[in-house]
Amino acid sequence: MINRRSFLKGTLAGAAVAAASPHVIGQAKPRVVVIGGGSGGATAARYLAKDSKGELDVVLIEPTRTYYTCFFSNLYIGGFRDFQSIGHTYGKLASDFGVTVVHDWATGIDMNYKTVSLASGTKMTYDRLVVAPGIDFKYDTVPGYTAASSGKMPHAWKGGSQTQLLRAQVENMRQGGTFMMVAPPNPYRCPPGPYERVSMVAHVLKQSNPTAKIIVLDPKEKFSKQGLFQDGWNRYYDGMVEWIPASFYGGIKNIDADNMTIDVEGETFKPDVANIIPGQQAGTIAVAAGLTNDKGFCPIVPATMQSQVDENVYVLGDATIAGDMPKSGFSANSQAKVAAMAIRGDLTGSRVFKPKFSNTCWSLIATDDGVKVGASYEATDEKIAKTTGFISQVGEDADLRKQTYEESIGWYNGIVSDMFG
Amino acid sequence: MKPAVSVVASIALCVSMASQAGDVERGAQLFSQCQSCHAIGEGAEHKVGPHLNELFGRQAGSIEGFGYSEGLTTAGVNGLLWDAEHLDAYIENPVSLVTGTSMMFAGVSDATDREDLISFLRAYSANPRDIPESLPTMAPQDPDVDPSILALQGDPEYGEYLSSECKTCHLADGADRGIPSIVGWPEKQFVIVMHAYKNKTRPHNVMQMMAAALSDEDIAALAAYFKDK
Repeated sequence: MINRRSFLKGTLAGAAVAAASPHVIGQAKPRVVVIGGGSGGATAARYLAKDSKGELDVVLIEPTRTYYTCFFSNLYIGGFRDFQSIGHTYGKLASDFGVTVVHDWATGIDMNYKTVSLASGTKMTYDRLVVAPGIDFKYDTVPGYTAASSGKMPHAWKGGSQTQLLRAQVENMRQGGTFMMVAPPNPYRCPPGPYERVSMVAHVLKQSNPTAKIIVLDPKEKFSKQGLFQDGWNRYYDGMVEWIPASFYGGIKNIDADNMTIDVEGETFKPDVANIIPGQQAGTIAVAAGLTNDKGFCPIVPATMQSQVDENVYVLGDATIAGDMPKSGFSANSQAKVAAMAIRGDLTGSRVFKPKFSNTCWSLIATDDGVKVGASYEATDEKIAKTTGFISQVGEDADLRKQTYEESIGWYNGIVSDMFG
Repeated sequence: MKPAVSVVASIALCVSMASQAGDVERGAQLFSQCQSCHAIGEGAEHKVGPHLNELFGRQAGSIEGFGYSEGLTTAGVNGLLWDAEHLDAYIENPVSLVTGTSMMFAGVSDATDREDLISFLRAYSANPRDIPESLPTMAPQDPDVDPSILALQGDPEYGEYLSSECKTCHLADGADRGIPSIVGWPEKQFVIVMHAYKNKTRPHNVMQMMAAALSDEDIAALAAYFKDK
């Protein structure tokens, strides 16, 4: 745990820190540092730089050079996308928009001195800070499962190598084997995601391994788009998918990644592939900086996305408690634009308008069978509150489902262009 | 886009309906501006545009074997049905009802002309024909946006902020990579389309939701912003 006092002892004055950072050459432009280059952070950095037209110094801190989106990673697992197509780099944010992209880990935040420390040892001052670290796992929600277990039993709930590992395991599973998923408890990133993944795994197995089984152990009694998914599983993957809520299996007793066992009350499963998605909390940096509440997520001011802990800090995306908004890439992108507007207004005096939020989550059930759920939101004093929404219906005709899938591809092209330029 | 080929067709004038709201005979005369692309009546075949027999109650873009634009097919899949109300909107301004339609026709601005035309078209749809409450014989509703709304001067700077919500899906450079372009539209057309989503005339659940969250001023601001992009 990094605390403010340890930084105070360091007594690095703000000016000295600024001079030490590599990219600042004595200008007086207000600086916004953005931690995390995902949907929230990359969008915020791009909009801040684009719309301030050079009036702000925007720094994006992101450890990876190629960012693999978590959204659409299920389509990679299902064989509908290649891996390269969900990878994106930060080159245009730098070249076209003037964002300073620093590939490093943010390890601590000192809100008194307004500095961010990086794993490389650099400290960076900010006038406003955007924290968009996504999620990290609460491993203790799944007894026996640790960070090390994910090498054998992947969570694949962050984009990148975990996604590749899970796909390889599914492809190489023995004939007639069992794929097990332990679904996450609420709240978690991408509510329909586990069930889209089940659909995509079933899609692969139906072709290459038709006698295989899929078992989902779910700590929840119901889930997002449940009727739509279960209808799809019946239509396409009859008898392959078994979804079991905790009221039936009684909760996970222990998981042993070395022996590939999952113990529940009175029974030990020995799956061939195990996808364990633990409970989640805000990304480690947000927890370390004290931006989270006792549930592990960050309370925010609905109209601006400011942290309730510090008015100079804004938090975006999956790490936040965003009222009625689900944790999704679309939500984070939407919140980033509200925050960018508020920050610009604050630092450059630009106009500030009424915040607007929206989200749509598309899921693919089988080839050309897409479904979606969406809503728009407004900021009230208490929370980001839903105003209106919609959901796909069971029994829609095949053309509409195909069009919904094609629309999701259009959306993907749109949002990655909105994030990365 | 299909090239606009000019072919004149003879149409069978065998109209005997008397109970419609519009003037069928006048509609037949007005149809002369449609017949270079559309045939109607006994033995009518597709030309540049599809034949217009049995049009009422048909899903847009749904005649097997006719090469519709993607825009019209999509609109039909989304639930666009040719009833009097939607035909009226389409004939008034095809592009504002159906983005990407290949019907390159400026539209009929006069409401009475459209009513007469629709009454004429309706005569070639069999069923049910003469029941005043039923779909084909329903009086056309005016989909016009209130002139005071069209007169609103949009604030493009506000529109730029609002547009960020559109750009999660619609590409800022106007390319269509799965979701239609909304860049460079005439202001009035943009406003009409967004109001058509707002009052749920124009089908599409995401767009209806987005439009529901926009005020008249918001829509004007977006139109003002996007027209110059």
